[in-house]
Amino acid sequence: MIPAPFDYAAPTTVEEALTLLSEHGDDAKVLAGGQSLLPVLRMRLNAPELVVDISRIESLKGITDTGDAVRIGAATTYQEVLDSDLVREHLGLLHTAVEQIADPQIRHRGTVCGALAHADPAGDVGAPVLALDATMEVQSRGVVGPRQVSAADFFVDLFETAVGDGELLTAVTIPKHTGWGSHYEKFVRVSHQWAIIGIAAAVRAEGGVIAEARVGMTNMGAKPLRAPAVEQALAGQPATEEAISEICARAGEGTEPPSDLNGKADYRRHLAGVLTRRAVLAAAGA
Amino acid sequence: MTKISMTVDGVNYQDEVEPRTLLVHYLREQLGKTGTVVGCDTSNCGACTVHLDGRSVKSCNVLAVQADGGEVTTIEGVADGETLSPVQEAFRDCHALQCGYCTPGMIMQATDLLRENPSPDEDYVRQHMEGNLCRCTGYHNIVRAVLQAADAGTGGEQA
Repeated sequence: MIPAPFDYAAPTTVEEALTLLSEHGDDAKVLAGGQSLLPVLRMRLNAPELVVDISRIESLKGITDTGDAVRIGAATTYQEVLDSDLVREHLGLLHTAVEQIADPQIRHRGTVCGALAHADPAGDVGAPVLALDATMEVQSRGVVGPRQVSAADFFVDLFETAVGDGELLTAVTIPKHTGWGSHYEKFVRVSHQWAIIGIAAAVRAEGGVIAEARVGMTNMGAKPLRAPAVEQALAGQPATEEAISEICARAGEGTEPPSDLNGKADYRRHLAGVLTRRAVLAAAGA
Repeated sequence: MTKISMTVDGVNYQDEVEPRTLLVHYLREQLGKTGTVVGCDTSNCGACTVHLDGRSVKSCNVLAVQADGGEVTTIEGVADGETLSPVQEAFRDCHALQCGYCTPGMIMQATDLLRENPSPDEDYVRQHMEGNLCRCTGYHNIVRAVLQAADAGTGGEQA
């Protein structure tokens, strides 16, 4: 399968990229690692006139310590995230989720920000990024500095984000969760499949008691979800299987997950309860 | 058309390609490197795996223009003349193939895996070969071959 013809540009600065994107509007697509975009182009689900390759823009590369947060540039690959001591130490939840994305070859090329911008509800980075209260940097042409979009506002709908035509997601900044326990529980039938559902859990425990908990859910709706009722109920509870199990069983309540060949909505809601228990237990070390 | 330049198996090439040209098609059709095969064409099976700038990639899921300025190693570049790489040797010793179609990708991914972790256990091998599908072998001999190449101690070095 061969993509429809397109023009290709590989700018070396964000300004050049924004000029191209603003001139071409929705006829242009951004390419970072291409691991989501290329299948889309090959299957001709999209046929842009212009592909703007941002992977050669130096300022978009790398992972930096901003003090109380970690900033991941838009051209940073999954593998670079996995190899990063900063991510391992301060963003354990992101690390464990990225380990479970696709396969090594895809992780060598694909990017965290590319996946966020693609906004596939079955993708594995949305839920942890949402659960960790990340902020996205979205840059427009002719505007000084990016606008900051909270993860809660970033995901709009199926394959739709707050990034408008002519704009570029330049980085994601994630507050450090140093010392939190983390676990990403991904439910698949076969290896390197998209998540049927996934649960991202991070827990800060103090002396056997859950002080704070964060729970994000993959593929339980058109966009990544939080489970705020579960998070609040877990706070102050003992980190025991009994306490955690009862609260987490309710994780799927009120959600409207998709029904497809992998499972109906009520099955996914059932899974959410089971997998949230597993994820929170693992994150709490219980 | 876009001008590209890249090193493939140690030789520098300069060409003009359509931007939509996939790396695997450039390698096979323009350079004649048919050792790298197209399997599923959906970025699932890993048969087209090559190394780009030192890491394994699925060459059906990379544009040739993305590899501009890069260094590519294909299955045709892993042996040293008539001397097979340790991974190739282990695949032959362990009968790690039947029809052989997935083998170029398997060997390239195994070589990448061993470069990252020269002493993997079986679980690590299975986890890191998950992007490569084989329809014949049931994988057991492939995993044995990777572990044997690791025991030879030079799995990633020469390949």
